Amino acid sequence: MEKLIKPIKAISYIKNGDSILVGGFGVSGTPLTILDEIASSDLKDLTAVSNNLGEKGKGLGKLLDAGNLKKAVGSYFTTGRHAVEAWLEGRLEIELVPQGTLAEALRCGGAGIGGFYTKTSVGTKLAENKEKKVIDGEEYVFEKAIKGDVALIKASRSDTLGNLTYDKTALNFNHVMATAGKTVIVEVDEIVEAGEIEPQDIITPHLYVDYIVENKYIKKGGEYIEPSNSAENSKKGVGTIG
Amino acid sequence: MSQAIRLKIAKKVSELLVEGNVVNLGIGIPTLIPDCIGDKNVYLQSENGILGMGATPADEETDMDLISANKQPVSLNKGASIFDSADSFSMIRGGHIDLAVLGALQVDETGEIANWAIPGKAILGVGGAMDLVMGAQKIIIATTHLTKDGNPKIVNKLTYPSSGKRKVDMIVTEHALFKFISSKMYLMEVLSDISFEELKQITPASYEISSSFIAS
Repeated sequence: MEKLIKPIKAISYIKNGDSILVGGFGVSGTPLTILDEIASSDLKDLTAVSNNLGEKGKGLGKLLDAGNLKKAVGSYFTTGRHAVEAWLEGRLEIELVPQGTLAEALRCGGAGIGGFYTKTSVGTKLAENKEKKVIDGEEYVFEKAIKGDVALIKASRSDTLGNLTYDKTALNFNHVMATAGKTVIVEVDEIVEAGEIEPQDIITPHLYVDYIVENKYIKKGGEYIEPSNSAENSKKGVGTIG
Repeated sequence: MSQAIRLKIAKKVSELLVEGNVVNLGIGIPTLIPDCIGDKNVYLQSENGILGMGATPADEETDMDLISANKQPVSLNKGASIFDSADSFSMIRGGHIDLAVLGALQVDETGEIANWAIPGKAILGVGGAMDLVMGAQKIIIATTHLTKDGNPKIVNKLTYPSSGKRKVDMIVTEHALFKFISSKMYLMEVLSDISFEELKQITPASYEISSSFIAS
């Protein structure tokens, strides 16, 4: 199956200075395996577009510690101290975007739309220096679409073509990011044959997906746990894991 | 601020919820509301993609891929649906949410609020606050009357950064319920044994006593 690749191969599609769109809300729906691979690489000056930066030592939090990131674009960086500290120490630039504006900017980026006008943030610091327009008597602010060099997303299941389904609220930003990345790499818990997912259950059709990586984490007690090395070594090829 | 006071505010707001409404709950005191609703049939929308969010599940049923906007585990009520972030904020900005219950750092006497940033501190989190402020049909602010340091939160003019031009509809604190009508603030109800004079002292915003005022 040509789309299935190893994590080490996946990160070869990312270059220094790239913008990466990273799915997830908190750490739910985050491609942890691919991010671990980036954290152990020499990649640098990356701009991460993501709602938040994972947790300390988990997901994008690892990239922050490893020094892969130059900038973060997202809506909420105050859940943990890790992003705030990096910003205070000058290790990280932050561009704050309202959460709905982030989602819509990505949707536009993936849909061939240059930008959009929204009432969100009008009259606030976040709308300063942005173009305003009065439509039907109400003031709107212009927001440019967001696209990424590489989208790194997480789904629960993929078929061999790259059709995706998601697990509950782990869906969050993953689908829109799949539409807005030039190269799209999905991390999945399970890979099945094409035809095994009911067509109406597919959330992200395969044309958006370039590569598939298997998740090395195992879901246990409602959380993704990093498996021991031995478990990882015994893992192989296409099939169900975890 | 004691948990009992926070719970008192959450309970009062719960009484105001209208059966059948779609309600989005913000961070802070609003997160206590799901446990105060009882049998009232409201549909809770969560910005990360749920309509029909239910109560906190038992430990063994906890799934960290079924979480609220606070990133806490939740359950799904009968008839619940899950959707992506773009859809969720189409609901929020598009006016499909009947009511948002939000916390606030400050509210001014016209009903404009500040709920995302503190002057002089790093401004690094906004989440869905501004989208909700602009898009929800109705907004109730659920907040303690004073800050932790005893400073008024209901003020003449905001000194904290605004969350948007849109005015809120109501404020519920442990002491009082205020309503905004055409950017004017009215005292509707006193919820503690505080006197009018004492209330005035801790509420710098100008307000009038409503003609339909209810004493505690």
